[in-house]
Amino acid sequence: MSGPVEVPAPGGGQAQPVSEGDHVVLKREEVFKAVQVHRGRKITFEKQWFYLDNAIGQQYGTTFEVSSGGVLQPLKVKTKEIAKEANEAGIDNRNIIDDGKSQKLSRDDIEALKEQGLKGQDIVQHLVENSTTFRDKTGFAQEKYIKKKKKKYEAFITILKPTTRIMAMMYHSREPGKICYLRYDTLAQMLTLGNIHAGSKVIVAETCAGLVLGAVMERLGGFGSVIHVYPGSLPVRAAMENFGFPKSFYNHLFDFPINKLNSLLSGGFSAEKETLQKQTEVMMEEGNGSPLNTYQGDGMPCGETVMDNNQSEETKPMDVACEEAENKEKNTDRKSNQVEERKSKQEDRLKKLQTAAAVLQERNADGLIIASRLYPSPLLLCLLEFVAPSRPFVIYCQYKEPLLVCYSNLRERGGVVNLRLSETWLRGYQVLPNRTHPKLTMSGGGGYILTGITVAMDRTKSVANISNSQRAEERPAKRQKIEESKS
Amino acid sequence: MWGDFISVRRVCPGTIRGVGVDCVHRCIPFSEMSFVEYRDIIQNGDTAIVFLGHDSMFAIKVQQGGSTQTKYGAIKHSTDLIGKKYGSKVTCSKGGWVYILHPTPELWTVTLPHRTQILYSTDISMIIMMLELKPGSIVCESGTGSGSLSHAIIRTIAPTGRLYTVEFHKQRAEKAEEEFCDHKIDHLVTVKNQDVCKEGFGVVNVADAVFLDIPSPWEAVKYAKSALKAEGGRICSFSPCIEQVQRTCLAMTDQDFMDINTFEILLRVYDVRTVSLQLPDLGVGDTNNQDTLTDKKNQSKEDSWRDSQQGTTQFKSGAPLREMAGHTGYLTFATKYLS
Repeated sequence: MSGPVEVPAPGGGQAQPVSEGDHVVLKREEVFKAVQVHRGRKITFEKQWFYLDNAIGQQYGTTFEVSSGGVLQPLKVKTKEIAKEANEAGIDNRNIIDDGKSQKLSRDDIEALKEQGLKGQDIVQHLVENSTTFRDKTGFAQEKYIKKKKKKYEAFITILKPTTRIMAMMYHSREPGKICYLRYDTLAQMLTLGNIHAGSKVIVAETCAGLVLGAVMERLGGFGSVIHVYPGSLPVRAAMENFGFPKSFYNHLFDFPINKLNSLLSGGFSAEKETLQKQTEVMMEEGNGSPLNTYQGDGMPCGETVMDNNQSEETKPMDVACEEAENKEKNTDRKSNQVEERKSKQEDRLKKLQTAAAVLQERNADGLIIASRLYPSPLLLCLLEFVAPSRPFVIYCQYKEPLLVCYSNLRERGGVVNLRLSETWLRGYQVLPNRTHPKLTMSGGGGYILTGITVAMDRTKSVANISNSQRAEERPAKRQKIEESKS
Repeated sequence: MWGDFISVRRVCPGTIRGVGVDCVHRCIPFSEMSFVEYRDIIQNGDTAIVFLGHDSMFAIKVQQGGSTQTKYGAIKHSTDLIGKKYGSKVTCSKGGWVYILHPTPELWTVTLPHRTQILYSTDISMIIMMLELKPGSIVCESGTGSGSLSHAIIRTIAPTGRLYTVEFHKQRAEKAEEEFCDHKIDHLVTVKNQDVCKEGFGVVNVADAVFLDIPSPWEAVKYAKSALKAEGGRICSFSPCIEQVQRTCLAMTDQDFMDINTFEILLRVYDVRTVSLQLPDLGVGDTNNQDTLTDKKNQSKEDSWRDSQQGTTQFKSGAPLREMAGHTGYLTFATKYLS
């Protein structure tokens, strides 16, 4: 599709077509995959391969059929249901015998049909015609049969814009381990209970591949700021990158390492500047000649496999290889140049770290979200110090027990009200005429969340002042103290 | 197109509790306390949440010279609230104290005056995420009801989005409009008093998402479709009964909605407490038995709680509440793809 690019109408929100470099989500039935659009790049999805070249210039929401050679054909007309043989159907299955011979087409026949380049729809039609038992099946069974075959032979792929809904569902079904088994309804609770909205300054401590960070950034819509607090040496954000946020969203995204939090709280952080610099110098020397560090400097960890992101799966290792080859060719004078470059990059990074520290140090965050594989209580108690009073906070944990500890510790600390430990259950339904029932399988657990609201810390905690209701609330804390003195 | 809207009432009676007030209507986004922007200091005209204890809160309208009665005594707005920080502890006249919290849609949901059955935050979170709402989204909603969901939607789509909400009950529509004005979010919402099943949402091809919470959503599905943008969007319908869901799903299929999915989301709240259970008295045994007992004690961590003097063992537990909401409604979501 050539021609002038559609200019978005003022006020934004106008539909922009798919263009090269866009982060998109491919959808087939209920399966999603996040990829970046590039010409001539082979994509494998659900045992099929194709190129996204034809998708460029099409509107989001377009459905394509994969034809031979991996070419995508936009579906112009919606394919209607295969006409059932004049509604000929059985009443029950008393005479249907499983002899394994009801399908007259052999596997080779089907392969041959496929090689002829027959459309999926036609193959399904062939299968129906050659099934001896099809006519005896009940109407419902016929529908189910066709649906099953369609799923196998018809490959319709829809191109979508990434959203929190899609990303959260995709990660939950494909890579739950990477997001600490955070189910999408739990993520939804976190965003709502955390009152995440435009204009807020939110602290996000997560090790969910950047999914929670991305979800928060989507809700901020470029207004306000986020501080991503991360463990280790680099933040992991593959999922957030897949959202394909505009560059402007990154202007107010800061990151801060967890292992510097204590020095920030004690006020010793700025003194650390030098030790950090020394560290980075060491890193640079070690990493000399290896392109890995340049990557890490960009905040894109290399060792981390970025799920379903073809860019990382295919091109990145290639780029790395190319660079390595280049490096070998080029001589030492080039090397010193690279060292300079790296140095300035590290300096940039240090500057960003200082900015993040300053942003945290204001201690006026509007919200706190924790979702990590780390033991939550110490992290929570530390990060709460940076949150303004009368602001909600939400802690996610895959397990209930660490949150029980958080609850007790918060009670003891004070400065919080309205604590609630909860979990949501999500049940899906099949809704079809005369066949409506809950889905056969549901997710066993989507994790637990502890929420509350910060209030001014009570500096002179006098027992005499405590009114009845509050006393009732404090009781668990006291009990906790007794327990601890016992043990 | 929106000419026949109820005129915004400039004078709102003090709605929630306490004093009668004049609400001067202002449409200044991002300048003063509102449900879409945090502010640190309590000011005259703010809506604030008085927190007395868990499950015991109410909303007040802060008013120079006003006062509010609580079970711990009176709060004088001029001296106790105005100029103080949100989140402060406020001592009441009888010596007890309360916390004053910044309003949020979630706190509003648990303190708002009910005019209808309302949606709670558990369903609301799911609706907002599955409808893919974010700043800038254009949303159609019907009915407005008590405005519980409306506040949450407006919070999410601010400062550049817009909510078109339709309520066929005139009094409720007016009341909702007053509240939006009171909460300084009226610049983000348009309330229309008409029957969505007969007249639709009054807008065409503008919405990113549509939400239906009406007794016969299937009658409104075609209007939902036309309200959505040509390039597509999301729809959600909330119904308590499965028969309503079935009819709605059929109507959605007829209107070429795709990816129709029905969910039910249940909230389980846990009571955190330390439980102590009495150890069974197995009587006095021989010395051999005693040895195995102490061995076990050393091995298992659980027994570190063991208090042999009292004959009890203690552990921390998250116990489910004795009663929980077993059903609110089915949530049916679907997508309109570009046609």
